[in-house]
Amino acid sequence: MLGEGIIKGMVETARNFVGSYSDPERLTTVEYPEDKIPAKENARNFPFLVYDGDDAARGLRCVACQICEKECPPKCIYIVKSKDKKPDYIGKPQFYPAVFDIDVSVCMSCQICVEVCPFEAIKMDTEFELSNPDRFGGLLQDKHRLAKSNEYYHKIHETEAAEVDARLAAEKAKAEAKARADAEAKAAAAAKAATAAATPKPAPNPTTVAPAK
Amino acid sequence: MFMETAIDTPESKYEILPKTLSNGEMDGELLEVAMGPQHPSTHGVFRMDVVLDGEKVVKLKPVFGYLHRNHEKIAENTTYLASMPYTDRLDYLCSMTNNWAYALSVEKLAGLQPPERAEYIRIITGELTRLVNHTCLVGFLLQDMGALGTPLMYAFREREMILDLFESLSGSRMMCNYMRFGGCRVDLPAGWLEQAKRAVDSYSGFLDEFEKLLTENEILVARTQGIGVLPPDLAVNASITGPMLRASGVNYDIRKVDKYGIYDRFEFRVPLGDHGDVYDRYMIRLLEMRESVKILNQALRDIPAGPIVDPKAKLRGFRPKVGEAYGRIEGPKGELGFYLISDGTPNPYRYRVRPPSLINLTVLEDMCLGQDVADVVIILGSVDIVLGEVDR
Amino acid sequence: MVMETLEQIKARIENAISGAKPEIIPNESPSAQRSLLLDPAHAVEVAKFLRDDSQLRLDYCSNVTGVDWLDLIIKEKVKVKKVVEGVEKEVEEPVERKRPGYLEAVYHLYSMALKHGPLIIRLRTENRADKNHVPSLTPVWRGAEFQEREIYDLYGIIFDGHPDLRRILMWEGFADHPMRKDYVEPDDYEYEPTPHDEVLEKTKQHHSPEPKP
Repeated sequence: MLGEGIIKGMVETARNFVGSYSDPERLTTVEYPEDKIPAKENARNFPFLVYDGDDAARGLRCVACQICEKECPPKCIYIVKSKDKKPDYIGKPQFYPAVFDIDVSVCMSCQICVEVCPFEAIKMDTEFELSNPDRFGGLLQDKHRLAKSNEYYHKIHETEAAEVDARLAAEKAKAEAKARADAEAKAAAAAKAATAAATPKPAPNPTTVAPAK
Repeated sequence: MFMETAIDTPESKYEILPKTLSNGEMDGELLEVAMGPQHPSTHGVFRMDVVLDGEKVVKLKPVFGYLHRNHEKIAENTTYLASMPYTDRLDYLCSMTNNWAYALSVEKLAGLQPPERAEYIRIITGELTRLVNHTCLVGFLLQDMGALGTPLMYAFREREMILDLFESLSGSRMMCNYMRFGGCRVDLPAGWLEQAKRAVDSYSGFLDEFEKLLTENEILVARTQGIGVLPPDLAVNASITGPMLRASGVNYDIRKVDKYGIYDRFEFRVPLGDHGDVYDRYMIRLLEMRESVKILNQALRDIPAGPIVDPKAKLRGFRPKVGEAYGRIEGPKGELGFYLISDGTPNPYRYRVRPPSLINLTVLEDMCLGQDVADVVIILGSVDIVLGEVDR
Repeated sequence: MVMETLEQIKARIENAISGAKPEIIPNESPSAQRSLLLDPAHAVEVAKFLRDDSQLRLDYCSNVTGVDWLDLIIKEKVKVKKVVEGVEKEVEEPVERKRPGYLEAVYHLYSMALKHGPLIIRLRTENRADKNHVPSLTPVWRGAEFQEREIYDLYGIIFDGHPDLRRILMWEGFADHPMRKDYVEPDDYEYEPTPHDEVLEKTKQHHSPEPKP
């Protein structure tokens, strides 16, 4: 019969139309901005810098190694290395970024900076409401705007942040154990030198500072 | 059935008609129309210079390049890894398969072998991408035919479920940037497989519903059957690939021919068309989706545990040996290949994308000649192009 | 189905077409995809042979690409007989040999009938400037039509016998060929908040540095 296919289609549409009122699973519309779909745990938007503790200026994990700047496909990161050093989470003196800019209008959210960072310093944010009347300045984020606390990182990427913290803690413990062992060796060597004062001095111990890696 | 291929293109067809006729103006017989670049049915910024005799098409020249950004040059000036996110933006509906094709070519070039689990993840994401692409295509095709709204919304509702899966896996709905050379970037998050199983299980129901809505619809049948017929010998000679080729009845699916990845472990059939018209191209996509669901069910059942990256693969300082490689996969739109030449530096010396969208347009004129101008829109819709890949 | 080896194909081409001198180009990468260099004079004949031969039936021309090879200076050490201090000796001397640059068109052929491949064939121009002609294979495989147009557009190889050789991606009237290795970008500076490397140099040319507020 001519028109049978059309009627069949109409019945299907009607079924869906009625169903969309009765079944909450099928009510797919969300009233943004009053309601929001919660972000997925792996969701990513733009990078931010992680800092430990309370002070963003002191706790920044970034050591200005500029690997992310080099690997960034659209070249949206701009880093100037500091002249002086300050201690990192292990206690080893490191450089820090004097300037760290990310141009969000250029960034394409690819996450390669996060993958290549050996210091777990740069991570992906889930914040997406970044509209701004200033096309250039407003979308150029400097290090003060980029710095976000480790607690915030835990809030948005729970599993990943826990893994990162465990890894960093293990590294720190390893470094501390090594430093302690070195100190003990040094003390032992000093004691040995003191007992054998008459004999010629032994060769100086080369490992005075524990390297981080 | 396979026919002899011995057609030499007649040169006369390529004579360029004068823009204006001999007396300096249009004489009312032939009308030259520029369809696009700002035309909703061209799926982006694409132009067809059509010459019409009344309603009939007598000549059609596609014009490209509005979205050209020289993707290949960008890739030659950057590292192998940094090109990966750019491949997402080629055919932005199927970023997972673009990633896969590129990763496969680099793996051939560098001699890497992804572990078992990574291969399964690739197959799952790749077939999900095929579902996304074909669902969208059918929605867009119906939109081009004048069925405004309903089929496209139904299609997008289902697509959204798969995009949710992609987001919870890779972090992004469309620009996934998920595959890496020798494996995948991250492992599946907890509960992902169950979620994927639910989505795949409900997909057959959706396809049934979709077919009830459309397949027997008299308007669809009247507008698509016998329109834009592509003969198989021409299809082969013009390097047409993917569902368009199989709608013409040529049995060539790279998943079966090359058996790349681990496709030889899965049981699925290759649907073939009889007539090579728009209706066959529509049906082929629906049938392929059912085969994809079959593959997905097998892959989700069999996926093993294990590592997801080849231990030989390096993220930074990746320099393949001097040489070249061409890797290809059966993308949702056709054969997607990457041709790479390495000169031993971190950047590829030559990086080439074989874009199925562009090459499938070779026969657009042949399919449109003698058809009504309203059918040109449908024929273009059935080719399945994405301009990000056509223009690169 | 397995294709014949490249050596067998080469021998059969030489048998079938007198004067054709295909040459095997090695490939030492793990892909081991070797290719066949054809001489332009016999290229169309060889292509027709490859397409129509009952054992090969390479009816599907998958991928057509251009490659730009710049002039290359090859440094070698050559043993030379030389008179040193009255005695004839064999001495190694560094010799510089110049390989003139050329443009290359690469075709990847498969068989849809017999389901094998790929066979890779290459065509080379004499140089990169005026002698940049190769015969078009579009009359043999129509699939090469748009791809050869693209090579003409981006590399500047002229395909003799192509039915419709026009620019495809760049606009009519564009002068250069952007995929060539020595292509120089036009000097049109665009403001970018995070200038880098070359962009930074460009910025300096266009703007005198301003003091930050």
